[in-house]
Amino acid sequence: MLFYAIRRVLGAIPTLLVIITLSFFLMRLAPGGPFAGDRVLPPEIARNIAAAYDLDKPLWQQFLIYLERLAHGDFGPSYKIRDFTVTQLIMNGFPVSLKLGLLAITLAVAVGTTLGILAALRQNRPADYSVMTLAMIGITIPSFVTAPLLQLIFGIYGLHIFGLNLSLPVGGWNGGAAQNLVLPVIVLALGPIAVIARITRGSMVEVLRSNFIRTARAKGLPTWRIIVHHALHAGLLPLVSYLGPAIADIVSGSLIVEQIFGLPGIGRYFVQAALNRDYTLVMGVTIFYAALIITLNLLVDLLYGVLDPRVRLK
Amino acid sequence: MIPGRTPAHPDAQLMEKAQAVKGRSLLADARRRLFRNKAAVASMVLLALIALMAVFVPVVSPYAFDAQDYSKISCAPSWWTADVPTCPGGAGGTHWFGTDPIGRDLFVRSFYGARISLAVGIVATLVSLAIGVLYGAASGFIGGRTDAFMMRIVDVLYSLPFIFLVIILMVIFNQNFILLFVAIGAVSWLTMARIVRGQTLSAKQKEFVEAARAAGVGTFGIITRHIVPNVVGPVIVYVTLTIPGVILAESFLSFLGLGIREPFTSWGVLISEGAGEMETAPWALIFPAALMAITLFCFNFIGDGLRDALDPKDR
Amino acid sequence: MTHPVLSVKNIDVRFATQDGEVHAVKNVSFDVNQGEVIGVVGESGSGKSQLFLAANGLLAGNGRVTGSVLYRGTELVGARPAALNAIRGSKITMIFQDPLTSLTPHMRVGDQIMETLRVHKHMSREAAAQRAVETLELVRIPEAKRRMRQYPHELSGGMRQRVMIAMATACGPDLLIADEPTTALDVTVQAQILEIMRDLKRELNTSIVLISHDMGVIAGMCDRVQVMRHGEFVESGPVDEIFYRPQHPYTQMLLDAMPRIDTPVRKGHINLKPEDANAPTLLSVDDVKVHFPVAAGGGIFPKYKPLRAVDGVSFTLKQGETLGIVGESGCGKSTLARAVIKLLPKTAGTIVWCGKNLGDASNEEIRALRKEFQIVFQDPLASLDPRMTIGQSIAEPLRSLEPLTSRHDVDARVRAIMEKVGLDPAWINRYPHEFSGGQNQRVGIARAMIFNPKLVICDEAVSALDVSIQAQIIDLILALQAEFGMSLIFISHDLSVVRQVAHRVMVLYLGRIVELAPRDAIYTDARHPYTKALISAVPIPDPKLERAKAKRLLPPELPSPLDTRSALMFLKSKRIDDPDAEQYRPRLIEETPGHFVAEHDPV
Repeated sequence: MLFYAIRRVLGAIPTLLVIITLSFFLMRLAPGGPFAGDRVLPPEIARNIAAAYDLDKPLWQQFLIYLERLAHGDFGPSYKIRDFTVTQLIMNGFPVSLKLGLLAITLAVAVGTTLGILAALRQNRPADYSVMTLAMIGITIPSFVTAPLLQLIFGIYGLHIFGLNLSLPVGGWNGGAAQNLVLPVIVLALGPIAVIARITRGSMVEVLRSNFIRTARAKGLPTWRIIVHHALHAGLLPLVSYLGPAIADIVSGSLIVEQIFGLPGIGRYFVQAALNRDYTLVMGVTIFYAALIITLNLLVDLLYGVLDPRVRLK
Repeated sequence: MIPGRTPAHPDAQLMEKAQAVKGRSLLADARRRLFRNKAAVASMVLLALIALMAVFVPVVSPYAFDAQDYSKISCAPSWWTADVPTCPGGAGGTHWFGTDPIGRDLFVRSFYGARISLAVGIVATLVSLAIGVLYGAASGFIGGRTDAFMMRIVDVLYSLPFIFLVIILMVIFNQNFILLFVAIGAVSWLTMARIVRGQTLSAKQKEFVEAARAAGVGTFGIITRHIVPNVVGPVIVYVTLTIPGVILAESFLSFLGLGIREPFTSWGVLISEGAGEMETAPWALIFPAALMAITLFCFNFIGDGLRDALDPKDR
Repeated sequence: MTHPVLSVKNIDVRFATQDGEVHAVKNVSFDVNQGEVIGVVGESGSGKSQLFLAANGLLAGNGRVTGSVLYRGTELVGARPAALNAIRGSKITMIFQDPLTSLTPHMRVGDQIMETLRVHKHMSREAAAQRAVETLELVRIPEAKRRMRQYPHELSGGMRQRVMIAMATACGPDLLIADEPTTALDVTVQAQILEIMRDLKRELNTSIVLISHDMGVIAGMCDRVQVMRHGEFVESGPVDEIFYRPQHPYTQMLLDAMPRIDTPVRKGHINLKPEDANAPTLLSVDDVKVHFPVAAGGGIFPKYKPLRAVDGVSFTLKQGETLGIVGESGCGKSTLARAVIKLLPKTAGTIVWCGKNLGDASNEEIRALRKEFQIVFQDPLASLDPRMTIGQSIAEPLRSLEPLTSRHDVDARVRAIMEKVGLDPAWINRYPHEFSGGQNQRVGIARAMIFNPKLVICDEAVSALDVSIQAQIIDLILALQAEFGMSLIFISHDLSVVRQVAHRVMVLYLGRIVELAPRDAIYTDARHPYTKALISAVPIPDPKLERAKAKRLLPPELPSPLDTRSALMFLKSKRIDDPDAEQYRPRLIEETPGHFVAEHDPV
């Protein structure tokens, strides 16, 4: 297992290099540079700026310079947001995105698995059909529809049930206050909840039909014990493999959610940066997220190895 | 080598009954099961209606998709008569889905949006299908080190944050219309390649492929006669499930302002515009969003139906 | 003891399926008495498993059961789950056919055994652990303490089934229901498991219901027998009555169809024609090896060791002769056959076919030669492309090797061969899933026979079939051989079948020949201890012979084929104690003319 982890980490290095190279040269292919279009600069100043950012050097030299800095953990300065380095911006934005993402994935796993198990236990009965219809809605309605709808219901109209004021703020970070997090986290979690519910149902249905569940029943175990000790473990394994892609889902979902709810996370920076051709910031965020996804995928695979004794990670 | 005795199976007697039927192919069976699935059939009908409407909307509605009428700004939907004043300015008119803030008919725009969204969905899926099938089939059939290497590349691309890549591509190519198709398709071929490879590998190990080799069938014959036909099923299922994914991705980009540009429109653009004024004109959000949701629903139901039909395990 | 342990009255089981209702068990009644072993015998689809699943409330969700099952006076059908659970797993226990899938994969076997004790006997952890170890020792699992901490996949098939038995006996049950407990196991392991069950019955006085398709297993184990067919009992009675004086024609048919290892004669069926001693040699195989690289051991970069699937096998085959190849799972018999007809690349050795060295042949030449050697596979359904009609499948060799044949001729030849193998030519446009296993195997044989080949390899070709169908397919193969005179290589794990169909028999162990001799010499005068053990392990469908059988000689479980020491299991005196060392190669000694025996330590 240790060797496996080491091999995977070694294997991640070329992967990251490919991603760095790809995003670096793709960005430079783009017409228009970071300083084009602001206003017409006197050629001398333009040259000075270009020199300051090494933009006057041949492309391959720029690439090497970039790589060297990256090796020291330096993503370079942002071209557009003056006086900030990319590292600073990521470190400012990441905690926001991370908090959102973690809360959302926790919620999604908790709700999704519960619904999925419920549906599997009530297979082909009304409860099952309702859960699966809900899941289908969750999959088909995108976050940029649910977000404004929830804003409308809880924020703008303000929801009052039994005299309880359920109104919530429709945006802003407010230092990460709980009431500001509720809507964005729910919106982020809806899609993954639906997917997780479907996956869980499918695998639980399969597991409940399997021979070892028949054995457990033949052993005279009470139903709760069969489900908790025998079925759940096997039934939730496919979920572990989904967690890798799920995290990527939530990351991309946060692009929209951060924008709609006006949250200062990384996603928001990224869209702005891409539109403004802020090379260093775009690359920085892409590489940062690629590294994050690779790490999480490795963790997920290791977790799988721990949970399924049949898998030998060699 | 284990005497693989089938356990007493309730279907054993069905097998005997089935003999009376003349030549029921798997495909015919699947079709029969698919058409017994009410949700899938309803979805197919609904989807056909939406597609027809998208094509013939200029014939159905008198309004042009980019015609602005400043006397009819943000009118509420009105279905029967032109006499009721549904617009803030006091004017009226038969606008089934209402109008937008510059007086364009939302019914027409929604179905023009459907054109773009469906086109992106289908074209990008075809792109991903072409790349994915070729790549996956080659990888799975050649096997060995080539397979390991080719799948390693897929893994690398998988670790790219998908949406970031598309955004970069869209920015670079200046939101080029055609490239939008290509960009999304080029990114979504990865899963297709994995599925095709997996299916090819498992088909390759089937005993009937070995039997074909023993019968003297060459490599080409094995691929065309045995592997391809047996891989088609799951691929079709995945295609039906990719189309809604692509439609979503496109609307996502359009929502961020990185997709289709004015005066053209897509569901993402319409939803984005509608969300901006949902307090005053909720119909501008609700109609396009509902249309898109119904479409995605239909594709998903058809996909599920196809999967159940092709691989019948009573669910 | 007047109360029967289990009293089944008018049990009826139906399944609602997509294509209508299936009536699996039809109004069946019987009793199980204290300390009795009841055999329930029947072919697949007879409803024998469903009957007992229903009795225990274990039917699948679409099954409905009516009638009454009394356990010592307590009604089980329709009982509340809590009442049922007090009896299941404690008083009535079950073991199933496939021990790998029947054990929970992510739970240590110790925990799985302790669980029943803790639930039913309310034991403390320590007491349950103590009892579990004792039970594992009772089923003769070596190093029971260590095994407690292992997962099911880390155990061999035989060990897993012992764990299942341990689990089923831990609470000291009244009744043990064993549903095909040895069907998925090799014959020597089967003998060990049956021995354990016999001992348990003697020591614990547990009643046993043994569900099996194998008349041999039933003969050796049971006091009374119920013969089941299409959901009904067609005959029941004491074991000797059933075996020596069967009343129902179905019972008689089952007994006749069952191959017996103690005789080559097939009662009421076609028998093997004697070989022609002067026939020319068709095939000679010399020192063929097939090795696969297998990743072994950890480290940052994986190492590869050769898995010696076939490790130096030589034999010849004459025209019209049948060579039987027997051995346990993993002995390399299928690999050998595939290497011989070039479906797998060999690592070393030479194969000479009709005087031509196949090693020199080009791919095109091999392809052309495929008209002369053909193969029939184990799983009839899996070996036919589900998307092709059976006519297309049968015609496939013709279309690929004689592409110029006219459509009309292809059709005519397909219909002709279909008739020969007992298929109605009118079925030419039907699909494999519309047929039973036996019919599909006829299709496989028709495909192999369409060029009238010189050699047909039957790779476990009858192993997946019910005995009655098996007998018919063997009839067909023997009739075809009598008519067309082709040679056969008949691979099977079933030594009884091979005795009926092969002129000579080769016994393989870990990729090497341990004994090769004419059939009667092998079965009546086995020389190698492994062959002797294999033969003595095979149950005979004859209760008196089975009871009279002396204590069986059983080899230890198959060791790892990656360990080079394993190959010298029977020649330990020459073994070098290093798993990677190049070991001594036992020679084949011709003890009497035509009877080759591998060197082995004296017994």
